[in-house]
Amino acid sequence: MTTLAYLIPVALFLGALGLGGFLWALKSGQYEDLDGAAERVLIDREDKLGR
Amino acid sequence: MSCCAPGAEMALDLVSTTSVLPSSQEIRLASRSLGDDLRQTDLSVPTVHCAACIQAIETALAKLDNVEGARVNLSTKRVAVRWRGDQVPPFVAVLGRLGYEAHLFDPEVGNKDKTLSELIRAVAVSGFAAGNIMLLSVSVWSGAEGATRDLFHWVSALIAIPALAFAGGIFFRSAWNALRHGRMNMDVPIAVGVSLAYAMSLYETINHGDHAYFDASVSLLFFLLIGRTLDHVMRERARTAIKGLSQLAARGAMVLRGDGARDYLPVGEIEPGMQLLVAAGERIPVDGKIIHGATDLDYSLVSGESTPRNVAPGETVQAGVLNLTGSLTIEATAAAKDSFLAEMVRLMEAAEGGRAHYRRIADRVSALYAPVVHLTALATFLGWMAATGDWHRAITIAIAVLIITCPCALGLAVPIVQVVAARRLFENGIMVKDGSAMERLATIDTAVFDKTGTLTLGQPRLVNAASIDPGMLAIAADMAAHSRHPFSKAIAGFAALGRQHKFDAVNEHPGFGIEATDAGSTWRLGRRGWAGWKARTGGEGKHGYGGTVLTKDGFIVATFDFEDALRAGARAAIEQLNDAGVSVEMLSGDTAGACGEVAEMLGVDDFVPCLLPSGKVERVETMTKDGHKVLMVGDGLNDTPALSAAHVSIAPATAADIGRNAADFVFLRESLLAVPLALDVSRKAGNLIRQNIAIAIVYNAVAVPIAILGHVTPLIAAIAMSASSLLVIGNALRLQTSMPNSPAKNVRRDRRSNITKLAQSS
Repeated sequence: MTTLAYLIPVALFLGALGLGGFLWALKSGQYEDLDGAAERVLIDREDKLGR
Repeated sequence: MSCCAPGAEMALDLVSTTSVLPSSQEIRLASRSLGDDLRQTDLSVPTVHCAACIQAIETALAKLDNVEGARVNLSTKRVAVRWRGDQVPPFVAVLGRLGYEAHLFDPEVGNKDKTLSELIRAVAVSGFAAGNIMLLSVSVWSGAEGATRDLFHWVSALIAIPALAFAGGIFFRSAWNALRHGRMNMDVPIAVGVSLAYAMSLYETINHGDHAYFDASVSLLFFLLIGRTLDHVMRERARTAIKGLSQLAARGAMVLRGDGARDYLPVGEIEPGMQLLVAAGERIPVDGKIIHGATDLDYSLVSGESTPRNVAPGETVQAGVLNLTGSLTIEATAAAKDSFLAEMVRLMEAAEGGRAHYRRIADRVSALYAPVVHLTALATFLGWMAATGDWHRAITIAIAVLIITCPCALGLAVPIVQVVAARRLFENGIMVKDGSAMERLATIDTAVFDKTGTLTLGQPRLVNAASIDPGMLAIAADMAAHSRHPFSKAIAGFAALGRQHKFDAVNEHPGFGIEATDAGSTWRLGRRGWAGWKARTGGEGKHGYGGTVLTKDGFIVATFDFEDALRAGARAAIEQLNDAGVSVEMLSGDTAGACGEVAEMLGVDDFVPCLLPSGKVERVETMTKDGHKVLMVGDGLNDTPALSAAHVSIAPATAADIGRNAADFVFLRESLLAVPLALDVSRKAGNLIRQNIAIAIVYNAVAVPIAILGHVTPLIAAIAMSASSLLVIGNALRLQTSMPNSPAKNVRRDRRSNITKLAQSS
């Protein structure tokens, strides 16, 4: 019972962290162009205009 | 050149070849201000395909003066260019040089899709809640007791609050909206079930009870939201694809002021009496009268007439007509809101009615379902009250009935099938505006086709190329390359590769033809009377277009016959429709002769020629009154009112803008086989929807008696609800695999279609 007292909050916190991460990614526009993101890894970094 | 082979959008070539680059004034008009002198222009670039494309475009655009930056979005195939200054950087020309054809579209009002992000956020929140509550519930089901169970219930209750408030809000609002208007929808039983389940579980938790349904109420929301989000994503994709097509209506026009100044004004600000300059390749912005200039006008999108018409000063022109060869000065006789285009919109609004009365299958089912479920729950409560007198037990069981009948499977049954079907169509280049369109298409028994631009391409094809001296044909083709007249383009397609004939000078005489001089002799390609000024013998050709000849110093050396090229797969499409039990009819604004020829070639029995736009609507309405469910396929401005009068409508991507907006389906590829394919998929989807509803009803028939007898525990509810949802989804996915006649299997003769096919297979 005492283990539950901290295990449940820990589990919930980690879950909430994941949820928060997803919502942040959504808000910062990372899901706007999924196909483009997949292709952009192929563009050479030296070219700053690619960003 | 572009690095990769263009895909399905290749078919859109049809439009682009006839249009000129948007002028810089037009680009400025379509851009939006980001404040601080910074402007953003959104361009749709259908042929971007890979990382190299992205890099080429972004680097080339960023090098231009005044351009702050460019960002390609590969998913939506768009480029957002941010620029500053008064001068519009020549980005469309730059893209053209890279081999990407770009067109403008209007900046979006809200820019971001609010509903979609709300739905995705709701899915995330309810998914988080459902996962955690389910973990706690599993421990309860595995034997957690006493204080531990109470703790788990309390934690579950807390996690469920944000999920209900945020994710459930979507359903509560929709249910409330329906009830307020005296209607029933699927969201009413969902909202009632979820909130009662939560309330009862909370009561149980407070009183240290055994059974709490927090997991049921939250996972229900989660499942339903997934279906709803997929549905929205699908429709959004179709909508963006359609919006990305090039705009065919004029956005503005060059106004000539009395003092010689020129202003570029948006169409809405043009007033009667203003003088407008319309260059070759532009569309006439408003109704007007020609003051000077002679040209050929392409009426195909406006009236359905397939032959370009030669016009001279004094004649009137309608908004939407394409100016082919010479520049014109016209005097506006009506403002945009009174022009032909606006007239069509008015007719369209008047005609809308048939589909407004259509009620979606889901709504029809839920109108029956919700009252039955709620009455059953009430009867259960009364029954247990009468039998035991224990009101707490009676309420618990009644709510269990509500939970178990909560239309989880039913709520997914329809959208999931429609998402799978829409995806299927999307892969074949067909965009569906909404799910109800598919339901309506499945019921049709009559298909009405427009002729010009729908059954035919609205573009002439040279029919007697084989009988023309190849040398003469090559000369004619080289001359024709200098003109944008449809006949010229048909001839230019026969140019001999590599061997370019050198002329000293080439001039286009709008309304007559092309004149070229070469080593002292004069070549003319054009109207018989103008080109063959020394040879007035010989009648017109056997086809209506027979008046086009090539002459050398006034003597006819070759005669060209044209006919309107049929759209690829038109005949096969009509055969397939007939096989599917759909009767086919053709309505056209063109002459009876031209219609008869096409009808005969395609095997269409019924056709009505020379129809005005209102005539088409009347014809569709008459058929509807006779009890037919009519599918209208058309592309022109004159078809638009009929498109909205019909039960369901399909337009090609080359259709006029308002036509594309009015139609339920838009197909992007050239082949007309899209029509029978859409019908086939819709009918299959209709069957699957009925099967899914049957599955959901069978599930209820089994589960409800168990619930009424009071044997339902949270564990049983969770298993039963998940199992029925999975069954329904699995059934919907069968649509992915069972597709015998996809258009890819049909032989295409057209060169362009072959390229498309290559691109798809690579």
